[in-house]
Amino acid sequence: MKIRVDPDKCQGHSRCYGLAPELFSIDDYSQSSVVGDGTVPPELEERATLAIANCPEFAIEEVGG
Amino acid sequence: MARTAPVNDWATDFDVMDAGYIEDPYAIWDDLRQHCPIAHTDRRGSNWLPTRYDDVTAMAHDVEHFSSIAVAVIPLEGPEPDQPRLQYGLPPISSDPPLHTWTRRLLLPWFSHRRVESYETMTRELCVSLIDSFLDAGEADAAADYAQQIPVRVIARILGVAPELSDTFTGWVRDVLEFADDHDRRVHGMQSLIGYFVTELERRSEEPGDDLLSDLLHSEENGQPVEKSIILGMAGLVLIAGVDTTWSAIGSSLWHLATHPEDRKRLVDEPELMDLAIEELLRAYSPVTMARMVTEDVDYGGCPMKAGDRILMSFPAANRDPEVFEDPDKVVVDRAHNRHVAFGSGIHRCAGSNLARMELRVALEEWLRRIPEFRLAGEDEVAWAGGQVRGPRVLPVVFP
Repeated sequence: MKIRVDPDKCQGHSRCYGLAPELFSIDDYSQSSVVGDGTVPPELEERATLAIANCPEFAIEEVGG
Repeated sequence: MARTAPVNDWATDFDVMDAGYIEDPYAIWDDLRQHCPIAHTDRRGSNWLPTRYDDVTAMAHDVEHFSSIAVAVIPLEGPEPDQPRLQYGLPPISSDPPLHTWTRRLLLPWFSHRRVESYETMTRELCVSLIDSFLDAGEADAAADYAQQIPVRVIARILGVAPELSDTFTGWVRDVLEFADDHDRRVHGMQSLIGYFVTELERRSEEPGDDLLSDLLHSEENGQPVEKSIILGMAGLVLIAGVDTTWSAIGSSLWHLATHPEDRKRLVDEPELMDLAIEELLRAYSPVTMARMVTEDVDYGGCPMKAGDRILMSFPAANRDPEVFEDPDKVVVDRAHNRHVAFGSGIHRCAGSNLARMELRVALEEWLRRIPEFRLAGEDEVAWAGGQVRGPRVLPVVFP
């Protein structure tokens, strides 16, 4: 599983970071980005799915491959 | 509590200051969502009330048609105060881009995750000392003695003002937001607040400290110092937006735990659920409704909106929409799918949301650690305030 954060949609709610701090990093303006290239280790896939389902801006998506 | 004429038809004549609505708006929203999802009223001007999640969030994102230049749910009626003036309102909350964009960027680092963590120890110590003051009595007003005491002191610290002024600040903020139907009281609250900051800004220009006001005074935009009148508005915003909003969330959460022993027991037994529980309590008891102003005549969802009409952005109603949330009127402390918009949506997402979450979490953790069992002293003794910000203002509880 691989995910990305759309920087134009992210408004800094930080819900993803709260649910899965291993997968997201948050800057001083609360903008989120994926850690590394966004590849999710199998044991964190459930939490990645939760982060996608809880983002109020629909800014996180799973990318193909 | 404000007195308003009785409402007979919520679809065409709603009133968010109606006492029944403030106490229990849920059935009204349900009915509106099914029969007239964007209600209208001519009380206090022409106002629309969207109640569905998709409408509220779509309007929050459409900043061209729905401007933030008038965000007060109750418009100020009657003559406006002459002096002192807030020429730019309260940026960035009451601004559209481009003023919104750069003023927000100046504020955000003060409310980042990293910065908010640095306020957690003082918040926890504050909660502990408040609980110490009433623990032995076996009873307390969880709103007045606890919830209302927390956010204003944390904000005072961020703004670099004396904690002794907390009660005074609280009074001004309530005058502006909670007694908004009382013109003189509201104007007085706003003038007192602005007057205070005018003096403080003068002082910080001479003696800068490690605080938000000093930082803004020494910030630049396009190579120029930020205008004092803009800083004044930003300081006012931080105070107004960070005080009764958060204490309402803390108070509503304690009301829920006092009236739902099964949820209270579960959080005491499984404290690791606290992060999820906080999001769920924020969803179910979202305190804040913000307004928008229609910029040009537009037909939205079959509603003929006119330039100058106001939209009451009911994020609380959106968060109870059954199209988005399964069993929305039930609090599920470990709800996994919870795309709530208690902090708004789009470019005006609450800039202090990290701070509010931290305060709510610490306030509940410390309360449950010391007072794991408590209940309402009496159902009839609870009093709610509402309009812009909904939450309990009187919440007597007992813990024998």
